[in-house]
Amino acid sequence: MNEAVDFKIVEAPAKPISMNPKKFGMWLFIASVTMLFMALMSAYIVRRAEGNWVFYELPNIFGYSTILVILSSVCLQLAYFYRVNVTRANNLIVATFLLGIVFLAMQSLGMYQLLKEGHHFTGGNVSESFFFIFPWLHGLHIIGGLVYLIIVFITLRKGSFNKVQMEMCTTYWHFLGLLWLYLFVFLTLLR
Amino acid sequence: MATLDVHHHIETHDHDDHGHEHHHGNFWTTYIFSEDHKVIAKQFLLTGMAWALIGGILSVLFRLQLGFPEANLSWLKPILGGWLTAEGKIDPDFYLALVTMHGTIMVFFVLTAGLSGTFSNFLIPLQIGARDMASGFMNMLSYWFFFLSSVIMFISLFISTGPAAGGWVIYPPLSALPQAIPGSGLGMTLWLVSMALFIVSSLLGSINYITTVINMRTVGMSFAKLPLTIWAFFLTAVIGILSFPVLFGAALLLIFDRSFGTSFYLSDIYIGGEALPNQGGSPILFQHLFWFLGHPEVYIVLLPALGITSEIIATNSRKPIFGYKAMVGSMLGIAILSFVVWAHHMFVTGMNPFLGSVFTLLTLIIAVPSAVKIFNYVTTLWKGNIRFTPAMLFSIGLVSFFLTGGITGLFLGNSAVDIQLHDTYFVVAHFHLVMGSASFFGMMAGVYHWFPKMFGRMMDEKLGYLHFWLTFIGVYLVFFPMHYIGIAGFPRRYYSWTAFETFSGFADLNMLVSVAAIITLAAQFVFLFNFIYHIFRGKLAPANPWNSTTLEWTTPRLPGHGNWPGEIPTVYRWPYDYSKPGSKEDFIPQHIPFSETPESNLPNENDQIKLDLGGAGVGGNKH
Ligand code: HEM
Ligand SMILES: [Cu+2]
Repeated sequence: MNEAVDFKIVEAPAKPISMNPKKFGMWLFIASVTMLFMALMSAYIVRRAEGNWVFYELPNIFGYSTILVILSSVCLQLAYFYRVNVTRANNLIVATFLLGIVFLAMQSLGMYQLLKEGHHFTGGNVSESFFFIFPWLHGLHIIGGLVYLIIVFITLRKGSFNKVQMEMCTTYWHFLGLLWLYLFVFLTLLR
Repeated sequence: MATLDVHHHIETHDHDDHGHEHHHGNFWTTYIFSEDHKVIAKQFLLTGMAWALIGGILSVLFRLQLGFPEANLSWLKPILGGWLTAEGKIDPDFYLALVTMHGTIMVFFVLTAGLSGTFSNFLIPLQIGARDMASGFMNMLSYWFFFLSSVIMFISLFISTGPAAGGWVIYPPLSALPQAIPGSGLGMTLWLVSMALFIVSSLLGSINYITTVINMRTVGMSFAKLPLTIWAFFLTAVIGILSFPVLFGAALLLIFDRSFGTSFYLSDIYIGGEALPNQGGSPILFQHLFWFLGHPEVYIVLLPALGITSEIIATNSRKPIFGYKAMVGSMLGIAILSFVVWAHHMFVTGMNPFLGSVFTLLTLIIAVPSAVKIFNYVTTLWKGNIRFTPAMLFSIGLVSFFLTGGITGLFLGNSAVDIQLHDTYFVVAHFHLVMGSASFFGMMAGVYHWFPKMFGRMMDEKLGYLHFWLTFIGVYLVFFPMHYIGIAGFPRRYYSWTAFETFSGFADLNMLVSVAAIITLAAQFVFLFNFIYHIFRGKLAPANPWNSTTLEWTTPRLPGHGNWPGEIPTVYRWPYDYSKPGSKEDFIPQHIPFSETPESNLPNENDQIKLDLGGAGVGGNKH
C-alpha cells in the first residue's frame, strides 16, 4: 500500500446498517395490523369491564381451526426450507393454501354455529357483536394471505425463484397464525 | 484500499435502485402516475394547497355568521344556494357542516397529507442521499389513495343533505344516527369512506418514509448525522403507523353501528320521543378510541413543522442548532408521551377523578420536551447572524405560536380548570395557535425555503414579507380574542349566541375576529400569486441559494430522476457546521471530509482522521 493513497482517503465513513427495504416494510405493515387489533381488543376489554356483558361458550370448532392454522404455518415453513426443490416447495404451498381455505371454512362454520345458538351480530348483547368482529376481520387478512400465496406459487412455477418474496409471504402468514392463536386465547379467557 | 471500498458500497447502492425505471417523455408517467418522489411531493403540495383554500373559505363563511349575525348574505346565493335561509342567513345545519368540514380538511387533508406528504416525500431521499423512496410504486399509490379520498370528501360538499356535520371528531351517537341531523346521513357515510381511504394513503406513505430513512441512507449518514427534518418526518411516520390503525378500528365499529344495526356506541337513545332498539353500547368508548389517534395526530401535524423550523432557523442564523441531541430527545419524548395523554380531551365525560389526575400529570409532562424545543430555537437565534428570509420569518412565527398556544395547553391540561374551559372558544384558541397556525407557518416556511429546489426558481422576497406580516398579525387578531370569549364561557360550535344576554357583550370582539379572518384569508392570495407566478417567471435559482449544508443543495438546480447525476455524495459531518471557528466560509456542507478542512477541525475530529490513517500519525493537517 502506498502512502499517497493512504493520505488522500483519510476518512472512510461506514455504510449505515440496512436491511431489505421490502421486508422492512412488511414488518411495518404487520405493526399497523397489530395496532388495529389491539385497538379493538382494548375496546373489548374496556367495554367488558363496564358490566352488562353476556357470557357464552365458544363452539369447539374454533379450537380445531386454531390447530389447523398452526399446521398451515408449519407447511409453509417447510416449503421455505425445501425451496430449492421446486416441486416439493410448490406442493407444500398448495397444502398451505388448502389448509388456509379450510381454516376460513371452519371459522365461518363456527360463526354460523353461534348464530344458530341465538348469538347474533346485531340486536343482542354487545359481547356478541364484539365477538364476531375478530374472526371476521382476521379472515379478511387471511384472504390477503391466500392471494399472496398464489403469487408466490406462480413465481415458483415460472421458475423465477424470489427469496425475498417468499420470506415476506412466510412472515406474513406466520403473523396471521400467531394473531389468531392470540385472539383465540384472548377470546376464550376473557369472555 | 479505502477508495475501492467506498466505491464498492456506492455501486451496490446504485444497484438497489435499478428497480426504478427511467420513464422518458410520456406525459402520463412523468407528471400524473409518476413514481418520482419529487413529482409526488409536488402533487401532494398542490392538492394540499387547493384544500387549504377550500378550508379557509369555509371558515370565513361561518365567521360571517358569528361576526355579523344580522347580516343579509343573499349575495352569496349563487354559491350557497339552498344553504341560505329565506332571510339570507346561513342555515344552522349548514353551519355545523361548515365547522366539521373545516376541521376535517385542515387537520387531515392540509396539515397531514399536505404537510407530511409534501416534505417527507421531497426531503427524505434528498437529505439522506437516496435516489428515491424505498418503493416508488407504493409512494404513487399513497398519493392516488389520497386523491380518491379527496374526491369523495369534495363530492360530499355538494350532496343535498350536506356533508358530515358532527364535528371533526364525529362523536356518536350524533354521527351514528342518520335521523339525528341531516349531516349524519349520506354525508357521514362519505366522510367515513373518504377517511378510510385517507388512512390507507397515510399508512402507505408512512411505511415508505420509515423504510427509506432506515435502509436507504448514503455512506456515512449515521443517525447522529441526520438533519432534524428527517428525524421529525421519521418520528411522525412512526406515530402515524401506530395511531391511524386505531382510528380505522374506531371507524369500523361506527360503520357497523350506522349501517348494520349493531350497538357498539349506542344505548338508551330516544329520538322524537321514540326509543331506539340499540342497547348496551358506550359512546365514551368511541372517544377513547378516537383520541388515542386524535392526540398523536396533533403531533403528526406539528412535528414535521418543527423539523422544518429547526433546519431553517439554523441555516438562517448561520449557527449550529442549539442542542441537537436535546432536539432529537425531545421529539422522541413527545412521540412516546403523545400516546399516553389522550384522555385530556375527555376530562368532563364523567371519568374517575383519580384517572383524571393521572392524565393531568402525563399531559403536563409533555410540556417539558415542548419547552426544551422552544428554548433551543431561541438559543439558536441568540447572537446569530440572522438573515430574515421569508422562510425564516415564518419559522420564527411558528416558535411564537407554539409558545403562546402551548401555554394555554397547560391551563387545559389541569382537569379541574378544564371543567370551565372545555368545549369553549378557549380550546379553539389553544389548538389553532399551537397546532393550526404553528403547523401552517411551518408548511409555509418549508415552501419558501425549498421552492428553489422544487421549481428551480426563486420566489419574490418582498411579497413574502407582505404575506408574512399580514398573516402573522391576522392570526393573532383572530385567535387572541378567542381566549377571552372562551374564558367567559362561550361554547364552541354554537350557531348563534344572540339569544344569551351574557354573551352579547362580545359582539364587537367577534366582529373583530371575523374581519381579521377575512383579511388573513385575503393575504393568502398574495402567496398564491407569488407561488404560481414564480414557478414560471421567477429568476433562476442557484444550486444552493441559502448556503446550506444539507445534501439536497448538492444536487443540480433542478434535480432529475435519481437526484444526483453522478455518484451519491458521502457524508462526513453533521448537518449544522455553520460559522465554524477557523473555517473559511460560514458553512461547511455535510459531504466535505474533515481532511479538507484542517483549519476548522475540532480536536476530536482531527483524531478521527489520524485514526483512519492507520497509525501514520501525521493527521490531515498537511493536506
Ligand atoms: C404542542 C402541540 C399541541 C397541539 C398540536 C395540541 C392540539 C390540541 C387540539 C387539536 C385540541 C382540541 C381538541 C378538540 O377539543 O377538538 C387540544 C386540546 C387540548 N390540548 Fe392541546 N395541543 C398541543 C399542546 C398541548 C399542550 C402542551 C398541552 C398541555 C400541556 C395541551 C393540552 C390540551 C388539552 C388538555 C386539550 C383539551 C381541552 C378540552 O377539550 O377541553 N395541548 N390540543
Ligand atoms: Cu391532546
